[in-house]
Amino acid sequence: MTEKNDVLVKVKDLKMHFPILRGVIQRQVGAVKAVDGISFDIHRGETLGLVGESGCGKSTTGRTILQLYEQTSGHVFFEDKELNALRPEEMRQMRKKVQMIFQDPYASLNPRMTIRDIIAEPLVAFGAVSGKEINDRVRELMSLVRLDPDFMSRYPHEFSGGQRQRIGIARALANNPSFIVCDEPISALDVSIQAQIINLFEDLQKELDLTYLFIAHDLSMVRHISDRVAVMYLGIIVELADRNEIYRNPLHPYTKALLSAIPVADPEYYEGHTRTVLEGDVPSPANPPSGCRFRTRCPIADEQCAVARPEFREVLPGHYVECFKVNVPEQEKEVI
Amino acid sequence: MPHDLLNVQNLETRFKTPEGTVHAVNGVSFKLNEGETLGVVGESGCGKSVTMLSLLKLIPQPPGEIVAGKALFKGDDLIAMSPEEMRHVRGGQIAMVFQDPMTSLNPVMTIGKQMEEPLKLHLGFTPAQARTRSIELLEQVGIPRAGERLKDYPHQYSGGMRQRVMIAMALACAPQILIADEPTTALDVTIQAQIVDLVIRLREELGMAIVWITHDLGVVASIAQRVAVMYGGFIIEEAPVKELFRNPRHPYTIGLIGSLPQIEQEGRKRLFSIDGMPPMLYQKPRSCPFSPRCHWVKERCRVENPLLEDIGNEHRVACWVDTSTGSERA
Repeated sequence: MTEKNDVLVKVKDLKMHFPILRGVIQRQVGAVKAVDGISFDIHRGETLGLVGESGCGKSTTGRTILQLYEQTSGHVFFEDKELNALRPEEMRQMRKKVQMIFQDPYASLNPRMTIRDIIAEPLVAFGAVSGKEINDRVRELMSLVRLDPDFMSRYPHEFSGGQRQRIGIARALANNPSFIVCDEPISALDVSIQAQIINLFEDLQKELDLTYLFIAHDLSMVRHISDRVAVMYLGIIVELADRNEIYRNPLHPYTKALLSAIPVADPEYYEGHTRTVLEGDVPSPANPPSGCRFRTRCPIADEQCAVARPEFREVLPGHYVECFKVNVPEQEKEVI
Repeated sequence: MPHDLLNVQNLETRFKTPEGTVHAVNGVSFKLNEGETLGVVGESGCGKSVTMLSLLKLIPQPPGEIVAGKALFKGDDLIAMSPEEMRHVRGGQIAMVFQDPMTSLNPVMTIGKQMEEPLKLHLGFTPAQARTRSIELLEQVGIPRAGERLKDYPHQYSGGMRQRVMIAMALACAPQILIADEPTTALDVTIQAQIVDLVIRLREELGMAIVWITHDLGVVASIAQRVAVMYGGFIIEEAPVKELFRNPRHPYTIGLIGSLPQIEQEGRKRLFSIDGMPPMLYQKPRSCPFSPRCHWVKERCRVENPLLEDIGNEHRVACWVDTSTGSERA
């Protein structure tokens, strides 16, 4: 892997709590701790995969980084500027550089707008005026995402799911962003179309030098596209490591269980192969367990885990884990 | 030689829509043996769910219409049955579990009431018997404190638990066939693993045959013994599970398996992708439905639709091209 030490996005102790309001006067009675203190860096040109099950806070993380929610506490730096401290107009300019691609290609495109207008909207918002200028750029963007530019006066319903996702990608690329949050961009697509879109993401990254935060629950796709992978559980990142390292040497008990739950498209794999199946369900983020978040489902938890939350520590070079029980022998550290 | 529990022959279903007639299922034939698990794989709109709904006569007619075909269940044709006869088969001998457990349960009835009702109606249980049996069933599918949880409403259950309830209800009358339509698609992977394990355990305990509909090849590999791959309203390939994954022969199956990233793979390889998209079925395909997207396509593929042909090892494939050599089949 090439050296990618240039940090583009830095997230520090980020928390996003949504208040729970009750009664006539809307008194706050609690909070859904969707994201509860996470820290990581994204380097320029890399793809960071963010995986976890529904409700673990992975989408909230993506949206909070882009300041679509006002964070409860913590910091997000983009190109060394703290986003939360920017004035509204500065933030607006910053939005050219940070973009988002959504999960549902049906809900994220306005059905009453033509493809041209959808893709042109960010251009118009940032000052493109002449019709020719806009049309040229829209044609260029459509070719970039392998759509026929002659279709630009059509409406979203005339396109399939995969094509709509390409339209969403073209819109995100309109103002030459450097960082894109991809929020489950392939989950709503059919298997044969998923591979097309994944290949497009990879091509675009090379052509345009993009940095991705790739949010997904499909672990095999995430491994395929990411350089590093972060695993989330109930609002926290439990493990973060290089893509091969995390799949070859998962250290957190949750990562282990998650990996063993992936259905493998190879019937022979299931002969004599037993997997760790987690008991029970994910607890509510409005009332998370004390101490370690995972202890209620963890096969190796003990009293220590209920008392305090473990530190998110680097146990091997570049391999971070939030768990008391992970111990890496010294000699293994040297090998890696 | 196990004898056929279900023998579907040349089933054809279409739907009338304002945009035209959709030919959803275009002549599907398959067999299901006693105690066997058949995986049915395909993408949205390939006809996998409509096939199963048709043979249980669960498609709304109109707009749906079963145009042709037979579905012999232990020798009796389900398609020709009266609604009254069909009602005894459904739920009693053939049960179905759907994708979305939230919309399949009535939100304003307690779980207990929903479970007890069919037991009283179908099997003539007394309220006390029905309650005991419901608790038994919930315990069987691994719901803790089953007695207390009968009083809960569906929203008090998590997604995985609701799917367990659906399975418990499907098992209530000890069916010979369980049809599961994408039962784990709405669930997270760790919960999906729980449900797959549960169904495998129940299959061993109860010896029922299962039809498992899914788009996830990984899930099929873990549960099915035989797999049918559907495309454009046809079964285009069918084989025992190991044979299919080791030796896929239809270009579509090859593409599907190739488009999955390999979890064990260290280096990064470009994914194989199938160009184009699945067909719209406004016309009954006369040529091979996959021909517009196929790399191996020959002249014949565009004019004549291949039928499923036996190529040995219980492997059937519908393709004019022998993909192992690239030349046209004799």
